[in-house]
Amino acid sequence: MPKESPKVYPYIPNSVPAVKEEMLRAVGARHVAEFYEDVPEELRLEGLMDLPEPFVSEYELKRHLQGLLARNRTAGECVSFLGAGCYQHHVPAVCDEVNRRGEFLTAYAGEPYDDHGRFQALFEYASMMGELLDMDVVNVPTYDGFQAAATAIRMAARITGRGQVLICATIGPDKLSKIRDYCQPGPDIELVGYDPRTGQMDLAALQAAISTETAAVYFENPSYLGFVQTQGNEISAMAHDHGAICVVSVNPISLGVLAPPAHYGGDIACGDIQPLGIHMQFGGGHGGFIATRDEPRYVLEYPSRLFGIAPTRVPGEYGFGDVAYERTSFAVREQGKEWVGTAAALWGITAGVYLALMGPQGMFEIGEAVMARARYAAMQIDKVEGVKAPAFSAPHFHEFVVDLNATNKTVTEINEALLARGIFGGKDLSHEFPELGQSALYCVTEVHTQGDLDRLVTALQEVVS
Amino acid sequence: MRDIRRERHTGGKPNLRRFHQARWDEPIIFELSRQGQRGILVPEVEKGILDTVGDVPAKIPDNMRRERPPALPEISQPQVLRHYVRLSQENLGTDLNIDVGQGTCTMKYSPKINDQLAALPKMTDLHPLQDEETVQGILEILYRFEQILKEISGLDRFSLQPAAGSAAIYTNAAIIRAFHASRGELAQRDEVITTIFSHPSNAACARTAGFKVITLYPDERGYPDLEALKAAVSERTAGLMITNPEDTGIYNPKIAEFVQVVHEAGGLCAYDQANANGILGITRAREAGFDLCHFNLHKTFSTPHGCGGPGAGAVGVTRELACFLPVPTVEHDGKRYYLDWDRPDSIGKMGPFYGNASVVLKAYAWAMSLGAEGLRQVAEIAVLNNNYLLNLVQQIPGASAPYAKGKRRIEQVRYSWQALAEETGVHSEEIGLRAADFGVHYWTSHHPFVVPEPCTLEPTESYTKEELDEYAAILAHVAEEARTNPDLVRAAPHNSTIHSVDHDPLDDPSQWAVTWRAYLRKMGKSAHERIEE
Amino acid sequence: MSESKNSRLGVIVNPVAGIGGRVGLKGSDGAEIQERARALGAVPQASQRAAEALQRLASIEDLEIVTYPGEMGEDAARSCGLQPTVVGTIMAGATTAQDTRRAARELQRLGVDLLLFAGGDGTARDVYEAVGLDLPVLGIPAGVKIHSAVYAAHPRSAGELAALYLRGRVANLREAEVMDIDEDAFRQGVLSVRLYGYLKIPFRTSLVQSQKIPSTGETASLAAIAEDVTEKMEDGVLYIIGPGTTTRAVGEELGLDKTLLGVDVVLNRALIAQDANEAQLLALLEEHGEDRAKIVVTPIGGQGYIFGRGNQQISPMVIDRVGRDNVVVVSTPDKLHALGTQPLLVDTGDRAVDEMLSGYLMIVTGYNERAVRRVAC
Repeated sequence: MPKESPKVYPYIPNSVPAVKEEMLRAVGARHVAEFYEDVPEELRLEGLMDLPEPFVSEYELKRHLQGLLARNRTAGECVSFLGAGCYQHHVPAVCDEVNRRGEFLTAYAGEPYDDHGRFQALFEYASMMGELLDMDVVNVPTYDGFQAAATAIRMAARITGRGQVLICATIGPDKLSKIRDYCQPGPDIELVGYDPRTGQMDLAALQAAISTETAAVYFENPSYLGFVQTQGNEISAMAHDHGAICVVSVNPISLGVLAPPAHYGGDIACGDIQPLGIHMQFGGGHGGFIATRDEPRYVLEYPSRLFGIAPTRVPGEYGFGDVAYERTSFAVREQGKEWVGTAAALWGITAGVYLALMGPQGMFEIGEAVMARARYAAMQIDKVEGVKAPAFSAPHFHEFVVDLNATNKTVTEINEALLARGIFGGKDLSHEFPELGQSALYCVTEVHTQGDLDRLVTALQEVVS
Repeated sequence: MRDIRRERHTGGKPNLRRFHQARWDEPIIFELSRQGQRGILVPEVEKGILDTVGDVPAKIPDNMRRERPPALPEISQPQVLRHYVRLSQENLGTDLNIDVGQGTCTMKYSPKINDQLAALPKMTDLHPLQDEETVQGILEILYRFEQILKEISGLDRFSLQPAAGSAAIYTNAAIIRAFHASRGELAQRDEVITTIFSHPSNAACARTAGFKVITLYPDERGYPDLEALKAAVSERTAGLMITNPEDTGIYNPKIAEFVQVVHEAGGLCAYDQANANGILGITRAREAGFDLCHFNLHKTFSTPHGCGGPGAGAVGVTRELACFLPVPTVEHDGKRYYLDWDRPDSIGKMGPFYGNASVVLKAYAWAMSLGAEGLRQVAEIAVLNNNYLLNLVQQIPGASAPYAKGKRRIEQVRYSWQALAEETGVHSEEIGLRAADFGVHYWTSHHPFVVPEPCTLEPTESYTKEELDEYAAILAHVAEEARTNPDLVRAAPHNSTIHSVDHDPLDDPSQWAVTWRAYLRKMGKSAHERIEE
Repeated sequence: MSESKNSRLGVIVNPVAGIGGRVGLKGSDGAEIQERARALGAVPQASQRAAEALQRLASIEDLEIVTYPGEMGEDAARSCGLQPTVVGTIMAGATTAQDTRRAARELQRLGVDLLLFAGGDGTARDVYEAVGLDLPVLGIPAGVKIHSAVYAAHPRSAGELAALYLRGRVANLREAEVMDIDEDAFRQGVLSVRLYGYLKIPFRTSLVQSQKIPSTGETASLAAIAEDVTEKMEDGVLYIIGPGTTTRAVGEELGLDKTLLGVDVVLNRALIAQDANEAQLLALLEEHGEDRAKIVVTPIGGQGYIFGRGNQQISPMVIDRVGRDNVVVVSTPDKLHALGTQPLLVDTGDRAVDEMLSGYLMIVTGYNERAVRRVAC
């Protein structure tokens, strides 16, 4: 029996020896070891675990962590043009204020009457997303946009009972990796090629691939590679002609200027809410949304929780609860749709705050702000010797591919040099899309001033010459 | 002079609180909208840029350009803040209440210092694709935390990529699948075994990964049944996915034999350690023979629950299975930390980047504030608290702790109000309704209710003896009211934010409404119509 | 909403139910036993139990209670402060099974939404013979022996469930077994419980199950089980399929007219025998080759018997010839959960066969879903 430490821990009130003794007496035990009577002797650890010495005082702990974090250089300290699924936008102070309130931060799974605030905040999030997407059903957030896409595809397979999904070949390989893993039990995945000039899905290839075995056609708007998929109507029409479901992954922050999938035939919209008032956090600030029309054949296939509004026993009072709860794994375990669990509720609430602050006008302005800056950046970058931007001739949202092949330098070399100048260059696409050669994905948002963009251009100029 | 203190105590014991939850009767946010109001302004496009690019949105092709602005509410900033702060008050989180009623969720204290550290720009303003040189700090934190988990579990490698507990369970199922596929045995091995008291995600995630699910029921004493397991294993067994101790608080003393039986049949064993809080430093996955395990960082490791996330799931594996872990892993070459993408056998990506890094930071800080001794105390005091509360609740007439009679429990207990229900006709859910009138939350059980009239309580190490006394006193009081004034109990809650919800519309497609617009539409109003007085 | 709807509840009390047990007599059917019981000082319990149930309904608005006079229901209703509509006539102190049947038919004719009856297995049989599956019913336990699954666990929960059903808050109905001891066999010293038929009762788990979403709940469960079993059916194998609603669903999946109460035999997805007895089963096994046969059964009644209650045609000899490995047990998860941690039971009448069946069995609970439960005798 290891010697018991007399140390008292601030987070463990009953570690005070006198209290511990009193409680042991109350339950008729002499030592805490008695509570582990069911744990066989041979499975018990002898002595203490071999862990680093702790920092028991709060000050020392803070110093330790700050020391570690000091070795980071943030996007805010430099100028960053990284995107590719995680975006640098301004996070309104009110968003941080709300999601740092302990009342929200430490709530979890209370009932509709004692956690009413959480239910209402998430219902409002879903409602505002519903307006943005022009759809009536939006889920309580799942983990991230990858999960949302994968689930949307499996939902389509369940709804249609079919075994194949067609996916645009410009999908990011990481997302495709997730979808492939998730769809191992089905549906089968086939990629549909794209026009190398415009990036747009090759409709002839789609026509050739689609059949009555197709459960869904999936594409992204804007694409992972930044351009706007302008043929939404044609793609969804082709899908519907074959009884397939049209799944579109979108960036919600674009929907003040870009039409939502519902306006060009999309049946299931999905995506990631990180751009809506959530800090990047090294990729830890994601939440996934799935949205559809309010039809039972769709609603009953969601694995996530769906919060609906309902009356209470008091007239005029409303509350919230789970819609069609019995479809979930919480209710029926393996008979439920996929599974549901803790995911990203706090980010959902945050995104709701963001949308409420921005309003319709703000959402238009942010779309305009990022598109204009990105367009400017692309035009200026294009002037640099040996550089072509954007690589695809199509409208873009806030990201675009920069073709650096003619510079005879690798993206790695260029980005290294940019880094030395305090600039984070765009994501290297040369491994993900070998057919694009030495290309990089540049992202521009409202955080970039004209000065930042001009600085980038100047730096590129220096680096490639 | 009246001594108020005397009125707050009766017979030396504190009276129950005259609690009332915040009730703001707050409208739905759309109802606060007033045309023209703005909550925040966006940096305008500079003239220099505008002159160069012109009207960019206008150049979007017609079919792709949004015509009508989204019908979002228009509200000024102070009003947005006020609305949400009011909503925040209408919750009973750990910061506010004695949250022992949310059994299996491990509602322990989430230290504020960790939240503050995770909110620093040096954490929040990092892009995941930055050059590794610029993120050595966070990479080191991820790496160090992996080392801590390795020691706590005894396993060889960890991935912090899964976004939460169920995601981690799924990841384990995917690794099991990849393992058997690599040996050409996946077609033959398509069954996963779990127990009815394991978290529903063990069954659901295995099913989602494509496995058939076999569920074991416990024996009459509530222990997982080894004979049942033997009847279930065969050459079709891919793996065992099991929680231990189970949600009843009972530790399976034959856990090592369970693992052995499955290994002999050629299957792998995954340990759902959602209930690890009570056994930290006491017993580990490795010694029991497990091949995989997972931890919930938002449970055992104190990170806040956030109304339902973000949390984080950590997946641990033996050396043999490390090649299947999600990619990338975090490595250290002696000088620097880096991400290893060169893992051809990896199951691929479970999410967009590397996991919820800021959540991992909080978990790391928590573990580093305690060390081996501290973690041991966490487990021992959590279990002491649990048995202390067990003792109090068992003294309430009408309450019982089914199974494992006379035995101690580990992290939590699933009680039963069956006797009280038979006597008074008041059900467990109703007792929970009334308990809310005293400022505490209360959860019954996962479905199905194998334990009748269930109630699952998990004290953790964070509450004082007095808080546990208060919680038990509330339950005892409500149980007594069930006898003397059952209608009061059934009509509860009276002091909560709202009253009990009528759930019927939520299962009726013609009535359910997941968004405000759907609600108005079904009520016969358009979204733009104002509701006039 | 549904609360304001005017609802009508039928109530029947079997005044002599529960008499026998208290004074050590087996059940209370038959005027002779009743007389003896009363002579021994037995007091009818049924009325009291019925009152306990009706208490839970006292607060429902616009509820009309329709019942028979005096001890057959009126007394119980009035004792709760309710004002029932009384129909029919009886001879007080001398009521019989015939009165129960008459009352049930009359209440059905009057259009009650639900029929509550207090009694035992005998009463359930009488109700079944009168209304069959045409009327939702629910039993208030008041008898000694209750093998039937149509009874609530307690009088109070019967009242509660009835209240929920009448308010429209529980809308699911399920067929539940009506079982009773074979009286004649019993008098010859043989204890045999027969399956007489099925009644429709409201039910709920801990969840609200919506009748408006047919793809969830019991219906979906039965469909999934049926899909699993039929998918795995092999040609050339004889399937002996026992009574029950779950096994009937298997029959329906195959498009066959499977009997609800009897043992049917399927070969190559066609029905080759309906409502077979032991002799016929043995003959078929003999003819077909007993090593190419399977038995498909489901727990009958509320106690979880998979053999020996309601399917005795599948005799010990039949089971022995087919072999334990070829026994397939199907059950919805709800039925298993209702058993808690109690094992499934067998009582074939042959100790050796009972012991052979004991141990652990994998039960089909859905499509590619299994549960492992203990079987005991």
